[in-house]
Amino acid sequence: MIKKILIILFFSLNANAALEVTIAQGKVEPTPIAITQIFGADSDTARYGNTLRQIISNNLTNSGLFYTVNEDLYIQSDNLVEKVPRFEDWKLIKAQFLLSADVNKNDKGIRLRMRLYDVFNAKEIEKLQLTIPDENLIRRVGHTVSDIVYERITGETGYFDTRIVYVSEVGPLDQRVKRLAIMDQDGHIDSHQFLTDGKNMVLTPRFAPNKQLITYMEYKNNLPRVYIYNLKTGEREIVGDFPGMTFAPRFSPDSQSVVMSFSDPNNSANSEIYLMDLNTRSRSRLTNDSGIDTSPSFSPDGDKIVFNSDRGGSPQLFIMDKDGDNIKRISKGKGVYGNPVWSPRGDLIAFTKLTQGNFHIGVMDTNGNNERVIVRDFALESPAWSPNGRYLIFHRQKRSNLDGTGGEVTIHFIDITGYNERVIPTPRDGSDPAWSPLL
Amino acid sequence: MLKKLFMLIVAGFFLASCAATKTEQGGDVDATSASASSSSGGEITAGTQEDLIVNVGDRVFFEFDSSELTVDAQATLDAQAAWLMQYPDTNITVEGHADERGTREYNLALGDKRAFSVYSYLAQAGIDTNRMEYVSWGKERPEVIGSDETAYSQNRRGVTIVSN
Repeated sequence: MIKKILIILFFSLNANAALEVTIAQGKVEPTPIAITQIFGADSDTARYGNTLRQIISNNLTNSGLFYTVNEDLYIQSDNLVEKVPRFEDWKLIKAQFLLSADVNKNDKGIRLRMRLYDVFNAKEIEKLQLTIPDENLIRRVGHTVSDIVYERITGETGYFDTRIVYVSEVGPLDQRVKRLAIMDQDGHIDSHQFLTDGKNMVLTPRFAPNKQLITYMEYKNNLPRVYIYNLKTGEREIVGDFPGMTFAPRFSPDSQSVVMSFSDPNNSANSEIYLMDLNTRSRSRLTNDSGIDTSPSFSPDGDKIVFNSDRGGSPQLFIMDKDGDNIKRISKGKGVYGNPVWSPRGDLIAFTKLTQGNFHIGVMDTNGNNERVIVRDFALESPAWSPNGRYLIFHRQKRSNLDGTGGEVTIHFIDITGYNERVIPTPRDGSDPAWSPLL
Repeated sequence: MLKKLFMLIVAGFFLASCAATKTEQGGDVDATSASASSSSGGEITAGTQEDLIVNVGDRVFFEFDSSELTVDAQATLDAQAAWLMQYPDTNITVEGHADERGTREYNLALGDKRAFSVYSYLAQAGIDTNRMEYVSWGKERPEVIGSDETAYSQNRRGVTIVSN
């Protein structure tokens, strides 16, 4: 048991080593955790308690690193916030950790108290008390508690109190209506919200790393340009107001700039990569080549940019300095590469590859070494990292048929070890997912 | 207006499918004009999108991952240029499209290069650039739905749309 905990802690200390260990040993065995009833003082708070327990249990289970021990097995049924658990009872049902909590109302709002116990060592390892003004924040409380438990036990940064922005799709494949939509990372319907009305096609939304902004591309008046959506105000603002198409935007790590492609009519509409300073609105050109240069993504330290270019004939992945110097090809395998995205940990680059009739999503070291495929299918695209760099989300599309059927597109979650793939539910079809930083 | 546009697109689809087997473009007008004109249910007005589709050919096709104009494409564009000369009050938007076998962003770039190839060919043929715009739709607006080469070859296209 202790060994298992140590292994998980070890993972978080050295990401590279962890990956190798995981590949060599296969699937990580999930850690059993018991979550008591979350006790309420009245019917409202009892309802909040049920919701919270469900959120926490789902989050931890979906991470692939935990499973919730079946409630029917619990011997002790007390509120264990103030009372010391009978650890023997929890050991007996093989719960390695134990979480208990209660909810009540006071004059400041709704108060949650939580205790996390290490069953094997028979001691409390974490406690938390927090008060929220109203029940609209209940889901976020559930995510916050999940993050605390996840961090305390695995040693990794949590990722549950985060959101996913994506493109909601509906209608025939040749007249698709595409809207920006946002939801909690678990895709819960109560958290789901449309941001645009579908009048204009929108594509490729991405979060700012430390601001409540999303950059994306929109066809307003049939002019495809890069925009910024402000999540606080709901305002949309054009940033790529150039005399030609701007697309493939991503924020710099400090959220002060957007790097994007611009296809300049004075340059034969060939796409080059530009950097736009959002404060001064000055733009600088980073690439200059007769091939297509697109899909730029900054390293988390802001020093380098990985991008997609067909300058050598077929689309491949390249790295350059942030000013455009020292361009080096990094993709080495066979096939056509695209969509490179730098991990928030800085150690890996996720990518899309098309070879032998299938799309692949994989990761490679930042010098292109140790490429490995995580998932393969007919159509996969848009890998995006969880803020802790352990998971990817992406979309998967089915084949379509001449009669207009097929082509369903869904958002998926996967551990970069290739295990624990799950669908993130969306009310309609979903594509181009992007993950927010921790809120 | 929208309905009309949709019918035109349908007409374009028929034409494209019929022509695809042999010539790729709408050069063989006689073979398809009957079905195209009957589908829109009336006389073809000169200088309209329908006229362009039926009597000239509104689109050209590209090889996989290429924005170069084929010999067939150039012949179609020569005919388009002559037609545009004949109707000097007509403005156009050229749309560039890609098949689904590429990433969204790369295909946006490719679609723009394709649209620009058509646009600049027409410009060199003497069409005033003030009469022309171009736009890329990447892989977002397929002409033919389907995940096979038959669909892909129809979707790698540059389409000339009469915009006034």
